[in-house]
Amino acid sequence: MSALEWIGSLLVFAGIPFIFLGTLGLLRFPDVYTRLHALAKSDNVGLGLVCIGLGVQSGSVALLLKLVLIWVLMLIASATAAGLIARTALARGLRPWGT
Amino acid sequence: MALVVLAFDLLLAAALIWLAWQATRAADLFHAVVSFIVFGLLMALAWVRLEAPDVALAEAAIGAGATGALLLSALDRLARRPRRHAPLYEPGTAWGFWLPAGSALLAMLTLAAWNLPAPGLGNEILASLSASGVEHAVTAVLLNFRALDTLLEIGVLLLAAVVIWALGQAPPPLVPSMPSPALPALGRLLFPIFVLVAAYLLWRGSHGPGGAFPAGAVFGAGGILMLLAGARPWIRSSEHGPWRLILSLGMAVLLAAGVAGTLSGQDFFQYPKGTAASFILVLEVAAGLSIALLIFALYLRGKPREHGSWGAAE
Amino acid sequence: MYLSLTGVLFVLGLHGLFTARNLLRQLLSLNILTTSVFLLFVVLARLAEPLDDVPHAIVLTGIVITISTTAVALALVGRLAGRTRDDDAITAGDPRGDAE
Repeated sequence: MSALEWIGSLLVFAGIPFIFLGTLGLLRFPDVYTRLHALAKSDNVGLGLVCIGLGVQSGSVALLLKLVLIWVLMLIASATAAGLIARTALARGLRPWGT
Repeated sequence: MALVVLAFDLLLAAALIWLAWQATRAADLFHAVVSFIVFGLLMALAWVRLEAPDVALAEAAIGAGATGALLLSALDRLARRPRRHAPLYEPGTAWGFWLPAGSALLAMLTLAAWNLPAPGLGNEILASLSASGVEHAVTAVLLNFRALDTLLEIGVLLLAAVVIWALGQAPPPLVPSMPSPALPALGRLLFPIFVLVAAYLLWRGSHGPGGAFPAGAVFGAGGILMLLAGARPWIRSSEHGPWRLILSLGMAVLLAAGVAGTLSGQDFFQYPKGTAASFILVLEVAAGLSIALLIFALYLRGKPREHGSWGAAE
Repeated sequence: MYLSLTGVLFVLGLHGLFTARNLLRQLLSLNILTTSVFLLFVVLARLAEPLDDVPHAIVLTGIVITISTTAVALALVGRLAGRTRDDDAITAGDPRGDAE
């Protein structure tokens, strides 16, 4: 395996725990706000690492840029979606946990 | 490695079955609809595993994206007051019938797959691909060899839009109870990207997975996002603008292309020699635009209102 | 293996279509039924040698047809519910259980 492939695999494996912990938070946290908190942050970091890792592994700059573009779009979409879900929940009268 | 792939396939199949079960049986309708959307997304993965990337793109854009938006907006209008205490299903839904029937069907399918002669038109397609004007087999089939199917398909889509418009005026757009500043910003930011991706998919269709259908769906989804973000559609039924023209553009251009073949003494949809590539390009652009607006029209769920009546209280 | 998935999904969809009491739910079942048929097409295309692209094109067409029918059905269900202003309207006609 070349150095690029090693770095790529390393990045992908570094991303997996973030996604795993994000999912764990989604399943175990008590209410919708804390779940969003867990998911929106750690999943985005995990996805970014996986995307960059795969891009580095492919060894092609065009592919790397496309994957990074996907990541950026995901960031925008997930931030907006998380905000919308939280606002809707608040508008329906769900109190944040512990208040 | 093969073991990992097999494990992935099994996991995917199990998830699909579970989600299909949830979509048909979940007690909560919202739960069912969300399960169905996730089902569509995982189905796109399954299409990739089955080496059908075109179908995967269409499933992700149309099957999960556009259908999901339709279902969710319908759900929001329908299920404000959930029915209580009403049984969702007939009690004791005859498992004695469904289990044997299912197993029998499964056995027959397996038997059929093993005994069927492989359909395999692959060689014929490869042989005539160079004459079709494009390098991608699926596009060649859609817009050259079986262009009649595509014509009728756009006809069905147009018919669906006509039926929905005939049912009455569009309900006023939903107003979120707590407007978010992020959504309009997202719409403004992303719409150019939607247009770009649609154009890219359209261009890519000539030599790889892509083409008019995913492109149209992506473009239509961009329109739906703008609508959700609070943009008022520029289409007014009183203005007779380009709206209706573009809606029927795909149908008209496809039909014209077909008839042109007939008139020049050839078969229906037989393009003049050497011009197939340009014919297909024109058809793709027309069909893509039409599909985009048709999907958007389906989402409006009714005939667009007269000018100025959007904000009026009912 | 994907062939078995086809069978299971088909039966699930059929079962849902016949037993569900809610029109929206029947629509979901119908969509799952359609997907299982698409799956059969694509699996058969995969079994062919070389890969057969005609079923892919047909399935693409089918997906677009499915969203058309779904949208029309949703619009009809919406009108039905709007006309009667009653949630019972979106359950399938079953005179025994639906009269509350």
